[in-house]
Amino acid sequence: MADPGTVTLRPHGRRDDAEGMTRQQRTFEDAVGGLAIDLAGLHKSYGAIEAVAGVDLQVAPGEVVAILGPNGAGKSTTIDMLLGLTRPDSGTARLFGRPPQSAVAAGAVGAMLQTGGLIRNLSVEELVTVMASLYPHPVPVPEVLERTGLGDVAATATHKLSGGQTQRVRFALSLVSNPDLMVLDEPTVGLDVESRYAFWAAVRGLAAQGRTVAFATHYLEEADASADRIVLMARGRIVADASTSEIKGMATTRTIRATLPFVLPAELEQQPGVSRAERHGDTVSLYSADSDAVLRAFLSEYPQARDIEVAGSGLDAAFRALTGDPGAEFTDALQEVH
Amino acid sequence: MSAMTYVRFEVLRTFRNTRFFLFSLVFPLVLYYLVAGANREVQNFAGTGLSFPVYYMIGMVSWGAMAAVIAGGARIAAERSVGWNRQLRVTPLKVRIYLSSKVLSGYAMALVSIGLLYGAGLTLGVRMAWADWARMTALILIGLVPFAVLGIVLGHVLTADSMGPAMGGITALFALLGGAWGPIVGSGVLHDVVQLIPSYWLVQAAGSALSGAGWPLRGWIVIAVWTAVLARLAALAYRRDTARA
Repeated sequence: MADPGTVTLRPHGRRDDAEGMTRQQRTFEDAVGGLAIDLAGLHKSYGAIEAVAGVDLQVAPGEVVAILGPNGAGKSTTIDMLLGLTRPDSGTARLFGRPPQSAVAAGAVGAMLQTGGLIRNLSVEELVTVMASLYPHPVPVPEVLERTGLGDVAATATHKLSGGQTQRVRFALSLVSNPDLMVLDEPTVGLDVESRYAFWAAVRGLAAQGRTVAFATHYLEEADASADRIVLMARGRIVADASTSEIKGMATTRTIRATLPFVLPAELEQQPGVSRAERHGDTVSLYSADSDAVLRAFLSEYPQARDIEVAGSGLDAAFRALTGDPGAEFTDALQEVH
Repeated sequence: MSAMTYVRFEVLRTFRNTRFFLFSLVFPLVLYYLVAGANREVQNFAGTGLSFPVYYMIGMVSWGAMAAVIAGGARIAAERSVGWNRQLRVTPLKVRIYLSSKVLSGYAMALVSIGLLYGAGLTLGVRMAWADWARMTALILIGLVPFAVLGIVLGHVLTADSMGPAMGGITALFALLGGAWGPIVGSGVLHDVVQLIPSYWLVQAAGSALSGAGWPLRGWIVIAVWTAVLARLAALAYRRDTARA
């Protein structure tokens, strides 16, 4: 077992908050100026497939970050490297300034992986108790069972649970660790609406205590409702990293396309109202929240532009532009929100 | 934070696995009564110098306890198949404690098997000095070490689906070659070859204990070499399994 004496222990105070978790302790100091998560130049390929193609990400303690992206964007591989489950081909991952395995061994990290079942022949309460025993200052087991709505099935054997109940137990197993950093990979898959609500309430409870939370999802709705910051991934890269409100701003972005040779994107980005510009061959694309104003200025500045199109409305087009060609599921999820 | 909690619950889980309980414990016991019960008057079984009830007691103990300790590590396959190992790797649980929990739960089950068969032996008239019982038990527990490590290897290289037949086949093979169901041959080349198998020395625990001397040096070497080689394989299998994830 990790020796608690080797890490800095500090009572986190008896802070009562809306979510009711009290008397929590932290494994690490708040690490003033330090980072909860620091990923630098992460690459990982599986055969010819480049799952993660250069990810840099810094998360300060106390941030709630959503890693949003379509299936196959590299979210899970990034999270596996972040947790030390997968060794990157190149680049480094550090949690609280140490290698992931070391932060995990100190009990500073709670994680809910994307897939996974439970071991058999234990009751829900026993399994949560076993998990609690591994951590330096776990949340009391009855409190965890109550917060995850598992009180009624506490005595039920783990192999007799429904899919939704199993998912809630998995959340309970990560919650009981009372972590400084909580990492959740697509945590609400398989949960019914009511359980989702309770789940995010518990996550916000962690956030209210100043814990760092990073979660992967392909639902913009979830990212919007629970995160301060959204990291948008596509094709193994981070394609946008901004506050939730900024990302929502992008959602109203329109794209102006035109054939316009010999003009650099950097020059176009100088135009008022243009958030981003790209060039593919002779075609330039301008992204703007106010396409009418940009178009007027653009036409007077560049009368030689032709084949002008104004495309896309809202989220779908904006994220399509940012993430390439998202899977149908992602597009549907976006459409729902829109 | 306590490593003991994980080990304690692991043992509890093992004892709750009723199907395994039945096969690992009841099978050797029933066979013992059927075979040794019918031959309880035989005083020198196949020239071993041991009475039939003594020889068959140690034989069934070897078989049952061997199956129990292999199954301890083999359960890792089932936990790998549901991703539990990945979950544990994001907790502070040390690999050493995890593997110890498997070995100890296997040994706990083996002790129950040994206890039941000793009891059955007593009912068929097996009598030994306390010192001989103790010496025999100690030799069995040591002789089980390579099989406990073998379980960990199997748990990392096999799938949960293939585990049943693999376990049955492997324990049967070791039991047969080791002479758990009766000595294979009394002398000759084959006799020399089977002495290189650790289950042979498991079965010899009774005779060696009764001789008052324990295993000859050759027995200790065989057990030690098998343990060392299997431990190396277990480390490789573990590393391969975690690197792939």
